[in-house]
Amino acid sequence: MLRRFFGTFAMLKECVAMSLSNIRGNRMRSFLTVLGIMIGVTAVIALITTVSGVSDSLSSSFSSMGAGTLTVSVTGSDLKSGMTDTDLDELAGLDIVDGITPTVSLSARVSRGGSYETGISVSGNSAYYFQTNEGVVERGRAINVVDTANTSFVCLISQEMVDTFFYGVDPIGEELYIDGVPFLVVGLFSDEESESIASIFSGGNDILVPYTTALKMNNENVVTSFTIYLTDGVDSEAAADVIEAEMDVMFSYEDDCFTVTTLSSVENTMEEMLSMMTALLAGIASIALLVGGIGIMNMMLTSVTERTTEIGLKKALGALPWQIQAQFLIESFLLSVIGGLAGVVAGLLLSFGLCQMMGTEFALNPGAIALGVGFSAAVGIIFGWAPARKASRLNPIDALRSF
Amino acid sequence: MTQDTFFEMRKVNKVYRMGDEDAHVLKDIDLSVDEGEYLSVLGPSGSGKSTLMNIIGCLDVATSGEYVLRGRLIEDLTEGELARIRSREIGFIFQNSQLLPRLTAQKNVELPLVYAGVPPRERRRRAKEMLDRVGLSERRDHYPNQLSGGQQQRVAIARALVGNPSILLADEPTGALDQKTGRQVMELFGELSREGRTIIMITHDMNIAAYARRVVHIIDGELQEGGDTSDA
Repeated sequence: MLRRFFGTFAMLKECVAMSLSNIRGNRMRSFLTVLGIMIGVTAVIALITTVSGVSDSLSSSFSSMGAGTLTVSVTGSDLKSGMTDTDLDELAGLDIVDGITPTVSLSARVSRGGSYETGISVSGNSAYYFQTNEGVVERGRAINVVDTANTSFVCLISQEMVDTFFYGVDPIGEELYIDGVPFLVVGLFSDEESESIASIFSGGNDILVPYTTALKMNNENVVTSFTIYLTDGVDSEAAADVIEAEMDVMFSYEDDCFTVTTLSSVENTMEEMLSMMTALLAGIASIALLVGGIGIMNMMLTSVTERTTEIGLKKALGALPWQIQAQFLIESFLLSVIGGLAGVVAGLLLSFGLCQMMGTEFALNPGAIALGVGFSAAVGIIFGWAPARKASRLNPIDALRSF
Repeated sequence: MTQDTFFEMRKVNKVYRMGDEDAHVLKDIDLSVDEGEYLSVLGPSGSGKSTLMNIIGCLDVATSGEYVLRGRLIEDLTEGELARIRSREIGFIFQNSQLLPRLTAQKNVELPLVYAGVPPRERRRRAKEMLDRVGLSERRDHYPNQLSGGQQQRVAIARALVGNPSILLADEPTGALDQKTGRQVMELFGELSREGRTIIMITHDMNIAAYARRVVHIIDGELQEGGDTSDA
């Protein structure tokens, strides 16, 4: 029994040796066949590793932007179209809430003296926004509670606005017309310091005004979009539930009046999209692997035809059908695993280069390597199966007749 | 010498379908061979002698009739069982030696043992012994293209013998050899026969057939006993 096991093992070992010598014997053909598999595996590995590098750096930049904020957007009901000041104060009064910044955006025509610009993005903010994002104000003063309460016509402007309208003049204390209304410039702000998520998605603002003033300019009296800053250590998912419950009361339990978005849910959506992208790209890349597999099958079929005599001879010498099949399967398996390993190396090098170029972190992804090797091995067995079976079923007489 | 029957054929027919026509290659062959016999089948090309050899060697099965090898009815066996018989009981020698070009002489001789599942060490020892036996100890690591025709044929004989088969089946073993090397191979056959091995040799050459102790003629698929040639 043991002897037989060792005999079988020795036979398979002999098959491996014979396969290797066959592969070496057909150097050019083997190389081209291996190349097909290699390209497929390279594509799969490079894609997976690169995309996972991108997704890692995305999610780390997300978490650095500060978990602990919620974004609320309100569509409102027929009776109530948005949040009143009282509503906002009520939310701000909750233990879990540190503060609230309403976001009111508008696009305005801005002018001073003879020059004007249209399509300038103006954002309404609360005093709290300036308290939490201290670095925003570069010079002058921030918008304070008095400004919002009085809907005063004051504004902070970006460096770009300074360059456009105040060339050679100190803008602080000067007037700027926004949609024809004179505003007093009280300070300069730098957008880069802003950590508001809204500014990331809207691509930055040019002018900041009190939110109450912005509402007035929009002819609105309610807030439809705001960011909630949570008290330190509060779980954002749990907080979202509390906020939703509070707001349900405000909107008399009507459905679909508002959505509360946590940063982690945004992150989840991003990750989902990324992994969908990965799957899609890997799917496309695996077409290359499929083509490589067909190449292997083609080579093996040719090989079976060429070696008909050899097969017949081996059968005459007592080779069992499964032994012939094993011989050919081992050969196609070895071919594609060689291609797979070469592809893993090439894929890792390629994705290392891509990561360097894009400035994302390169991480060895064991899953991708296992996938590449496993996939190529599977391709070898699946596409080698039919030719090997064909070889094992050759009638020894027909095989020997071609002497 | 004990005279047990090695194999027996009764009314064996072989018909090949060639397009619309049937080619009746073997017609009612009755042949009985005892253990230790040295038989040669003499016939011109196309007479059906190769088909007969294939049937004896369990590479092919008869269309009708019975073929009993050492008490087993071959028609009833599966392909796997036939492969096992080929591996354990039959040693083939072909006209063109048919060595695998990418294997050394030693590895070529080992091949049948590989398929029989013999462990590597024993395999090497037995193959070495056989190469010694045919006088090629020095050429063990040579590849077939580094050997002369006669040497190749001797490697093929070593390969046929290495599994210690009970019968040696040779199809035109000297067909590709010059007279001198052919005679050497025939001397080796004679030696093996004296050791008690059953040998069946297929040839179209009367002079070669004469080395065997018994000759049968095959013409157009019909067998005729040619009498005992055991030495004059």
